[in-house]
Amino acid sequence: MSGTPETVLATHELTAFYGDFQALFGIDVHVGRGETVAIIGANGAGKSTFLRSVVGQLPSEREQVTHEGKPIGHLQAHEIVRRGIALVPEGRLLFPSLSVEENLRLGAYGKRAGPWKIERVHELFPVLRERRATPGTALSGGEQQMCAIGRALMSNPTLLLCDELSLGLAPVIIRQIYAVLPVIVSEGTTIVVVEQDINQALDVADRVYCFQEGRVSLQGRPDDLSREDVATAYFGV
Amino acid sequence: MEWLDAIIQGVLLGGLYALFATGLSLIFGVMRLVNIAHGDLIVLAAFLGLAMVNGTGVHPLISLVVIVPVMAAIGYALQRGILNLTLGRDILPPLLVTFGLSIIIQNVLLEVFSADTQRLKAGALETASIAIGEQIAIGWFPLIVFLSAVGVIAALQLVLFRTRLGTAFRATSDDHETAALMGIDNRHVFALAMALALAVVALAGTFMAIRTNFSPAIGPARLLYAFEAVIIGGLGSLWGTLAGGVILGVAQAIGAKFHPGGQILAGHVAFLIVLVLRPNGLFPRTRDR
Repeated sequence: MSGTPETVLATHELTAFYGDFQALFGIDVHVGRGETVAIIGANGAGKSTFLRSVVGQLPSEREQVTHEGKPIGHLQAHEIVRRGIALVPEGRLLFPSLSVEENLRLGAYGKRAGPWKIERVHELFPVLRERRATPGTALSGGEQQMCAIGRALMSNPTLLLCDELSLGLAPVIIRQIYAVLPVIVSEGTTIVVVEQDINQALDVADRVYCFQEGRVSLQGRPDDLSREDVATAYFGV
Repeated sequence: MEWLDAIIQGVLLGGLYALFATGLSLIFGVMRLVNIAHGDLIVLAAFLGLAMVNGTGVHPLISLVVIVPVMAAIGYALQRGILNLTLGRDILPPLLVTFGLSIIIQNVLLEVFSADTQRLKAGALETASIAIGEQIAIGWFPLIVFLSAVGVIAALQLVLFRTRLGTAFRATSDDHETAALMGIDNRHVFALAMALALAVVALAGTFMAIRTNFSPAIGPARLLYAFEAVIIGGLGSLWGTLAGGVILGVAQAIGAKFHPGGQILAGHVAFLIVLVLRPNGLFPRTRDR
């Protein structure tokens, strides 16, 4: 590693389709090691679609997505996780048949080595230890989000993708959850958060991409972006 | 005393029905696949056992050492090569493909083994029994079948709730897209579930072949018993499946007491009564989502 940070994730002219409907039109995103990058944008801008394409839930071309310099666009979701990219999906999507602890342990299914073990996740979110035997879906929204983050961390990712962490949560809970992101980064994990809440995103991110109608409409460091720029890029007015 | 005997024999017969049904219940639970060829796969296992016993002269129970892994391998290949391709949001393709498979298996068996009825001979084990009192005798073989069913279901429960693979089965059953995000290869997990199901089918087919006459055409009737046991017990519950098998077995045994031809009918009537009173079965675990 020299002066410029090593690229963990890069997309090149990434496109995505739902049937005939094109959702992404040539997205170029670069994420350096140790960065926290936020992707903001209105509903339907293609933020979640972008994450789903990166983790292989939507098909893309081999060279459209690279992870640590290697093409992964052609790989399937389970192969991509095993290479060190984990997704905290929108709506948490915990497994209802599994207890909190089983949900967490399943995150480690791919047996990647790294700092994240169940004890470490319990340290980060003590409530998950107290409620280990509860079905995952019996937790409160905030606890479910913690469990979903913990589950993703259990795969020891080099890159953690978070989709709408704040969705449907009370502000105090959102602050709690965002407070752990620096701890995760300190363990050497790179983070991409997708967020509708602009202020939250600008607070936490080293760099920001704004999506609009499937294209990157603005990018830069939060300090370099004026409110007007962001508003224009966000709403397109 | 005669009635008590009928009930005991029915319970033991229920063990065989539970073995018929366990594989069906497992694969429905894991991948929502209704396998119409399940009964024919039971018959296929019986014929494989027959070929091996005739070819080598080993005891049918010894032949299981080979038949169980062979059927498991067939299950893995079948799921990986064909059935995985049929799974999706639409439940019709797997139904049609397994229906076709059922016809193919029946016709291949007919071609290779002819339509003659066959029987696996288990020697003294077929008639050995324990006498309880003057009028009741429990056959060793039905007892072995019943205990095997209990053992198989206990073992599957351990796999489902105490192992990494079992957790993967349950997660995949909940939501296979999110399961893939955990690093689970659904195609492989589904194939392992089918392998496990057909390992149980191998046991069921061999026991059936020792207990009764069989021919290439009897698969669909075994499928029906298996379905009835699963539905009576409640979808997704393996112990429920055992209970379903036992209820079916007892109903048949009691029906046979009333009338020699009443056996099969009584089983179906018991099934209908449960279906009317408890449409979700007695011990449902699976909720429709």
